[in-house]
Parts: sequence; C-alpha cells; structure tokens
Amino acid sequence: MRSGVVVFPGSNCDRDLETAISSQSFDTCQMLWHKETTLPNNLDILFIPGGFSFGDYLRCGAIAASSPIMKSILKFAQNGGYIVGICNGFQILTEAGLLEGTLLRNSKLNFICKQQSVVVTNNGSIITKNFSNGEILHLPIAHHDGNYFADDDTLNKIEGNGQVLFRYADNPNGSKNNIAGIMSENHRVIGLMPHPERAVNEVLGSSDGSKIFKSLFENI
Amino acid sequence: MRLIVRIAPKKSILDPQGEAISNSLKSLGFDQINSVRQGKIIEIDLNESDENRGMEIGKEMCNTLLVNKVIEDFSVTIE
Repeated sequence: MRSGVVVFPGSNCDRDLETAISSQSFDTCQMLWHKETTLPNNLDILFIPGGFSFGDYLRCGAIAASSPIMKSILKFAQNGGYIVGICNGFQILTEAGLLEGTLLRNSKLNFICKQQSVVVTNNGSIITKNFSNGEILHLPIAHHDGNYFADDDTLNKIEGNGQVLFRYADNPNGSKNNIAGIMSENHRVIGLMPHPERAVNEVLGSSDGSKIFKSLFENI
Repeated sequence: MRLIVRIAPKKSILDPQGEAISNSLKSLGFDQINSVRQGKIIEIDLNESDENRGMEIGKEMCNTLLVNKVIEDFSVTIE
C-alpha cells in the first residue's frame, strides 16, 4: 500500500497525518511538496492535510488549489485514485472542483477548536466501511471556515446519491444539513472537516481517528 | 491599464460578517442601515492596452482563481 501526503506552505497537520498513516500497515508514506509536478508511480491513496495553506489568503484553499502539483492530482482523480482531504484539505478539494459545495466562515464567526461528536451517515465508502450507520465518533474539529454550503440542487443531489459520509451530532458551525464530510459521486474523493489524525490515541482524548485510518487501509 | 475586480457574496448566501458590521454600525447610532454585505476589491495593474482584451483577461482571472462561483458574484471594470 503506497500513500502520499501533499505539503503546502502553511500545512500544519502533515506530520500528524504521516504518523497516523505510519501506525497503520502502509508500506510507504511519501511527503509531496506542492511544487512537484508529478506524483509517485502506483500511489494507492493521496492525503491533503489540514492547516492554513498560503495563509488562507484570497479564500481558504484557493491558492493551494492552483499550485503546480494540482494538475497531477486532478489526473490522479480522473484515473480513479483515492484522495482524502482533511479540514484545509477538504477546502482545497472543493476549490479544485473535486468535491461539490464549499466551506464558508463559521456562522457565528468564531474559530472553533473542540472535541465534536460526528455521526457516520453512509458506511458505503472506504473511510466509513468499518463502522455502522448511525455510529458516533469523537473527533476534534479546529476551523474558522467549516460551514459547509452548497445550493439546494447540489444538496439534493449529494443527499440523493448518499455522498454525505459524516454529520455533526450538534451543528457547531452552521453547515447545511449538519454536513461534516462528503465524498465524490464515484466514491473516490473524500473530504471531511474533523481531524482523525489528531485522535489516534486515548492520550489525545480519543482514538476514534485510528479506526478511520484502519477502515481506509483495510478497504482500499 | 488598471482592472478593478469587485467580489461580493451572492444574495442567496448568508453573510455573517456583513451582519456583524451592520449590528456594530447600528449600535453606533447609524439607524438608517437596511443591510450590509462584505466583499472584496482586487486591483490589478495589467500590461495590456486593448480594453476588450483587458476585460477578457480579467474575467478569465476571476473564473480560474479570484472568484468561487458557488458563493460569489463579481464584476470587472477598467480604470
């Protein structure tokens, strides 16, 4: 199993992600600088980490979404590669057009950093397959712009297709339909605001995140 | 030429920042306010003399990077 983590200036969850990935039985986890124009061969899964890429200038994720590595990431997605974006990674994937909707400023304008109960809504994806629908996970959230928004037509479409993977048990940020994580229509591109890589050990307050990585790795 | 790109949240989008500004202005006594929307202005100094071409380039910039059309409207003017 070969994985990669894309690193942008301002990424700050890349090392946590690498640690979480390495604790699973992944053979390699390569850190990929955003100026690369090609991806390693035979990559099974690509992670876009959280953080504040390019200082969140212009819009969260907008500048990262047009960085040099994105062309090969788009090609990787077209060829059916698995991509998981967490927090800023989710924002980058929406800005790149790989996931529908966008993430607006939190409805109460505050930065939220806390443990959050998240409900598994559809266990039909590699990231949720090890859970049952309705199962509650405890994962940290840490964002200023996590308020998921899509127009009504798009919302109806992603709901109808079962593309919503995670919902907040109590909506902290104003997200439409309590959405915390979604996947693309072909199930290959996944984005979520909560941070599973920050919840891989009980010492950190929860180890539910490691179940998420386990699910990814067992079901690819 | 100078391009002025004005970007504003779409009417259908809640704008909590605009609302916070509105509340603050009202608390300062500006009772005449109906509503406030917050957007941004980007000024671009462009090495191009043809106005039509300048507008085309400006719109292309909006479509590729400057604007997220899920949530924002924009206009381009030449100064």
